[in-house]
Amino acid sequence: MTTSSSERSDRGVSLGMPQLPAPAYPDDVRARLETDAREVIARYPDSRSALLPLLHLVQSEEGHVTRTGMQFCADMLDLTTAEVTAVATFYTMYRRRPSGDYQVGVCTNTLCAVMGGDAIFEELQEHLGVGNGGTTDDGKVTLEHIECNAACDFAPVVMVNWEFFDNQTPESAKGMVDDLRAGRPVAPTRGAPLCTFKETARILAGFPDGREGAVEATGGAGHASLIGLKLAKGEAAPARVVHPRGETPRDTPPHEPSPAEHLSSHDAPQDTSASDPAHPSGPVAEEGE
Amino acid sequence: MTLAPELKDMSPEKLLAPVLSAFWDEDRSWTLDVYQRHEGYEGLRKALAMSPDDVIAYVKESGLRGRGGAGFPTGMKWQFIPQGDGKPHYLVVNADESEPGTCKDIPLLFANPHSLIEGIVIACYAIRSSHAFIYLRGEVVPVLRRLHEAVREAYAAGLLGENILGSGLDLTLTVHAGAGAYICGEETALLDSLEGRRGQPRLRPPFPAVAGLYACPTVVNNVESIASVPAIMNRGKEWFRSMGSEKSPGFTLYSLSGHVTNPGQYEAPLGITLRQLLEMSGGMRQGHRLKFWTPGGSSTPLLTDEHLDVPLDYEGVGAAGSMLGTKALQCFDETTCVVRAVTRWTEFYAHESCGKCTPCREGTYWLVQLMRDIEAGKGQMSDLDKLNDIADNINGKAFCALGDGAASPIFSSLKHFREEYEQHITGRGCPFDPAKSTAWADRTEVHA
Repeated sequence: MTTSSSERSDRGVSLGMPQLPAPAYPDDVRARLETDAREVIARYPDSRSALLPLLHLVQSEEGHVTRTGMQFCADMLDLTTAEVTAVATFYTMYRRRPSGDYQVGVCTNTLCAVMGGDAIFEELQEHLGVGNGGTTDDGKVTLEHIECNAACDFAPVVMVNWEFFDNQTPESAKGMVDDLRAGRPVAPTRGAPLCTFKETARILAGFPDGREGAVEATGGAGHASLIGLKLAKGEAAPARVVHPRGETPRDTPPHEPSPAEHLSSHDAPQDTSASDPAHPSGPVAEEGE
Repeated sequence: MTLAPELKDMSPEKLLAPVLSAFWDEDRSWTLDVYQRHEGYEGLRKALAMSPDDVIAYVKESGLRGRGGAGFPTGMKWQFIPQGDGKPHYLVVNADESEPGTCKDIPLLFANPHSLIEGIVIACYAIRSSHAFIYLRGEVVPVLRRLHEAVREAYAAGLLGENILGSGLDLTLTVHAGAGAYICGEETALLDSLEGRRGQPRLRPPFPAVAGLYACPTVVNNVESIASVPAIMNRGKEWFRSMGSEKSPGFTLYSLSGHVTNPGQYEAPLGITLRQLLEMSGGMRQGHRLKFWTPGGSSTPLLTDEHLDVPLDYEGVGAAGSMLGTKALQCFDETTCVVRAVTRWTEFYAHESCGKCTPCREGTYWLVQLMRDIEAGKGQMSDLDKLNDIADNINGKAFCALGDGAASPIFSSLKHFREEYEQHITGRGCPFDPAKSTAWADRTEVHA
């Protein structure tokens, strides 16, 4: 696992006195978290198995894994803080410093990078004025590049709080982060309407998303997932999709997708669930909404 | 790309075989209702009418092989679990799909999670396990939501929990979200991670079948392997064996991605070729030709347009010098720089190396330094032999297959594209324009 240089400089190197013990959670917070933690621990034959979910849980409280959070995990599982820290620093989904409400991850593994992920990441850095791992001044968006997220047939892919934004372009991605910063509703191509990073971390800890419609959101499989099936059923001649869907002309504000934009033959593959003109679908619009 | 005329007669209807993906296009395909309308949980009923040992034998005779990369016979894995040993047995489903290029389990779980849950119940009945885990990579929250919901539905319908369908079988199923580490797709690292530790591979033996989770007998299977079991139980091993070849029977999900006209999931009998898949799906993007591709993710050696007719099954791809892997067919056209592609994969392996084994930890670091230099036009000819040498010092010399995976793209790209490496060195830079490889490259040209 690597540590970014900015992270290293933030944490500094302290010499001399060891750090004082982490401050405890306020009593009410601790009581609430203990109830949750006990529920998580009960799922496993051995309590230590609950460590990864508990780290997600403390991340849902503070937005990143703090020393207080790690101390809490250690107390609950009868581990040392060193044992907890060793695990927390191994996994990339645990943040080690405060970050934004929305984590925007651009896939720059080979396939997405080649298909345009590199260009998207570069333009987003410029557009937001932050580097890899940086957070915008308003505290809304943390930008980072991520590794392959198992959606290569939807490349290039951007993840926001681990929801899928498929077939992105630099324009669609910039429009999307503008929407996030302006507080306009943003919905993924596959996944539920965005909640904050903290709320996402709670789902990861194993507490189902209770929002109405969250499970159903964006319907069934994505358009690429269905292409083989439609061919096998003789429902679709192989459509020649030369251009990605979701590309909006440079002179059109990308954050206000109108149905007309999505009717362009360049925007969507033909004969897929995602190209129904009655249901505008692009990277920033929810399928079937 | 030119295509043999006789292949034109082969229609997609004949070449494809949607089973797991058969009703992904239906409204609410992920629900128990829809799954049951498509004979969901019928395979379980048939399995419960057999003895556990007979179920193991049946799956073994079907010839089902692991769909996670290695291709180990699933039934044989189950058979290795010692019976009557007095210890708890565990089933752990590997849903940590993270191999670059691999994108089959995630859409499967998003659209049809009950096929996995039914497979889990059958497998646990067979190996006498009363607690199963799904280790899902954390970065796919939409899939986690649907798994939570599917498990809830299954409990409510008596398909999980106590005395399942009156059989006396009790089963607890825990969905566990990972936290971002490619290495956890390796089965022993996954077990360490599930035990709440850093995900680092274990030395084998002992194998997980003997000492797995909590040092108890454990089966670790890929999502697609387990999800394929209900259809085998329901429709019969003969039906399963009627597809594919003697040694690689059955159907599987092929994931087409990259510079192709229609990237996506294509479920077909094992042994279909990339040429057939491209032919039926509209080929490479218009005006371009295939340059190189991976048969099963970045850890499987690269192939080229010479290999379009290789049967995509375990033996066929093996004979061509690569591996079937996860059937992640990443296709790159002639605009793509192979040095850039391999550099990026190598950076990935260096980032994801868990640090346990020196050859992988140190070797991937030095490979990145050399690859970056070569890509930037600062390399020397002697670097090419050095790359080969370092890769050779990683390959087979680490605890797990991640090391071998890091060596694969280096070896195979040097074998097929050595000239392109040399061009970067003699030309003092990369001769390719990355803008031409993007998904929107041709559009910009047309509309600029």
